[in-house]
Amino acid sequence: MISTNLRIIAIAGSVALLLFIIELVRRRRLKEEYSVLWVTTAVLLLLLAAWGGLLRDLTTAIGAISQASTLYFFGLIFVIFLLLHFSVRVSALERRVILMIQEIALLGERGRPPAAHAEDLGPTERDEETSAS
Amino acid sequence: MTGEDNLLIIIPAYNEQGRVGQVIRDVRSTLPGADVLVIDDGSADNTAAEALQAGAISVSLPVNSGYGVALQTGYKFGVRNGYAILGQIDADGQHRAEYLAEMLRTLDEQDADVIVGSRFLERDGHYRPSLARALGIGLFARIASLITHQHISDPTSGFQLMRIDVARFFCSEVYPTDYPDADILILLHRTGYRVREVPVQMRPSPGQSMHSGQSGPYYMYKMLLSIFVTLLRPGARNAP
Repeated sequence: MISTNLRIIAIAGSVALLLFIIELVRRRRLKEEYSVLWVTTAVLLLLLAAWGGLLRDLTTAIGAISQASTLYFFGLIFVIFLLLHFSVRVSALERRVILMIQEIALLGERGRPPAAHAEDLGPTERDEETSAS
Repeated sequence: MTGEDNLLIIIPAYNEQGRVGQVIRDVRSTLPGADVLVIDDGSADNTAAEALQAGAISVSLPVNSGYGVALQTGYKFGVRNGYAILGQIDADGQHRAEYLAEMLRTLDEQDADVIVGSRFLERDGHYRPSLARALGIGLFARIASLITHQHISDPTSGFQLMRIDVARFFCSEVYPTDYPDADILILLHRTGYRVREVPVQMRPSPGQSMHSGQSGPYYMYKMLLSIFVTLLRPGARNAP
């Protein structure tokens, strides 16, 4: 059993986190898309904290001794997933920034225009590039 | 035959004021019909102005983004402006533009899609990299040769000539914009493009270049991982 104090803190913490996330989405500070992992994390932590039976069974299942460490263990796993999720998002953002840098650069072309074979391939070519990225 | 009037030579340049102008003049005297495009990778000096003065077309990246991003910008320019063949040469004067003519001939005669200028194909020992770099280049040459079943002596060479189909292929996200290197050759092989090496002489590098990261532990790690995942991916589409 975890102590009543720890249980109260864990429940209060998860509820506060959940409310804070919803408030961020309401104020459009956090996009719905990114809230998914956060809401999942908060709900699962709340579940673990409030539902003593689940925590007990999980503790036995993973072979932990203290139920408190089960709580921390799952908390840590969620955090790792969130970080990985951010790395993926940052990679996607970087790809988009690179595309923009290149487009801006190409718009600012200077010097002799390549008139000899200027057959601008138009939007089709660009679409192909963008959709592939 | 492919004429040189439909040829674009791309020169990625980062802070190459004082060197890039000479490279452009060398290229223009070797291939008078070719257009020269300098991709100024957010230089703090007058690289772009010097390029314009030497008669090149100039495109400036708004922020410094690295060799691969600069090169890919050049490929996009070439594809959109209807060139038939793209070449690439370093801005620091290390590559000697006179070899471009021979590379162009080989591209035609050998029915290849990509020509790589190799420092090591003729073992004349004119080029001596540092020990760490030599080990790295040797290792990746061995790996690339094993995977592509053909002798590759200089997988890190940025002195290349390619048909526009290859450049179009490189405009998509398959292109590793952070460190295009040995993994490119393996990617090309798996896609069905034919790569040939041509022996070239190079001048010693004048210090800091856009490839300065090419021997550190991160480079080794990145290249091994990149080759590994390239092999894990499906063999892409076949070259037309």
